[in-house]
Amino acid sequence: MNITNNPFGIHESALRARSERLELLAKNIANADTPQFKARDIDFKQALLKSEKQTMRATHTNHFQISQTAGGNDALKYRVPFNASADGNTVEMPVEQANYGRAAADYRATLSFIQDKSNSIKRALRGD
Amino acid sequence: MSITKIFDIAGSAMNAQMVRMNLTASNLANATTAASSPEEAFKAKRAVFRTILDEQTSNGNSTPGGGVRIDKIFDDPALAPRIHEPSHPQADKDGYVYKSNVNEVTETIEMMAAARSFQNSVEVASTARELMLKTIDMIKG
Repeated sequence: MNITNNPFGIHESALRARSERLELLAKNIANADTPQFKARDIDFKQALLKSEKQTMRATHTNHFQISQTAGGNDALKYRVPFNASADGNTVEMPVEQANYGRAAADYRATLSFIQDKSNSIKRALRGD
Repeated sequence: MSITKIFDIAGSAMNAQMVRMNLTASNLANATTAASSPEEAFKAKRAVFRTILDEQTSNGNSTPGGGVRIDKIFDDPALAPRIHEPSHPQADKDGYVYKSNVNEVTETIEMMAAARSFQNSVEVASTARELMLKTIDMIKG
């Protein structure tokens, strides 16, 4: 652990990835009655890798910007529904509710890791 | 920040469900109306939802992409029932009146579905609120 440079380690990018997932699940729940809406979810491992690593940089004028390519966000996946619906909507409310609850608990967990880290840094600084 | 967007997304969903619930209330209120021609008869109104796309957010729309808006409101195409009631003041020359095509059972179910979806959005927003407060508390601690 490097106190001055990267005090929270992986948890900083984890928190970002977790809040992104919460937002995505909120979108799914909001669109539960929208015809043709396709539910999406984040592949957490890839999302974390993405926010950990520096994104590719365009070093030549002919290089594509990463955001312009179709595979810009490969952590985003479409959910495969258990049952097909007549209006083409793939949101299954119990699945989304369960995932949202889980994602909220994950967010709390990451938050408490960060809290622990910051508490121990504070204790070290105070010296008691 | 992602968590603040959740409030707008859940808010747009609540708004859409509220419109749906209003339409249901209007349909139920007009369930027993009668008219003298099938065109004049009250038709049940239905709302169609649509996702707000990211690119629509930029031009003056505050709800972030992924929220919901009302795409259109259409009349239920079901036939208005034709009933022989010569004493009715609205009866046509053959003694028929045309009732609204509202089905009370459908409307009641529609109302329940809208209320449940609304509650889901409320739950989403309140969880997001709790997480946000927890995050802010960290700064204080």
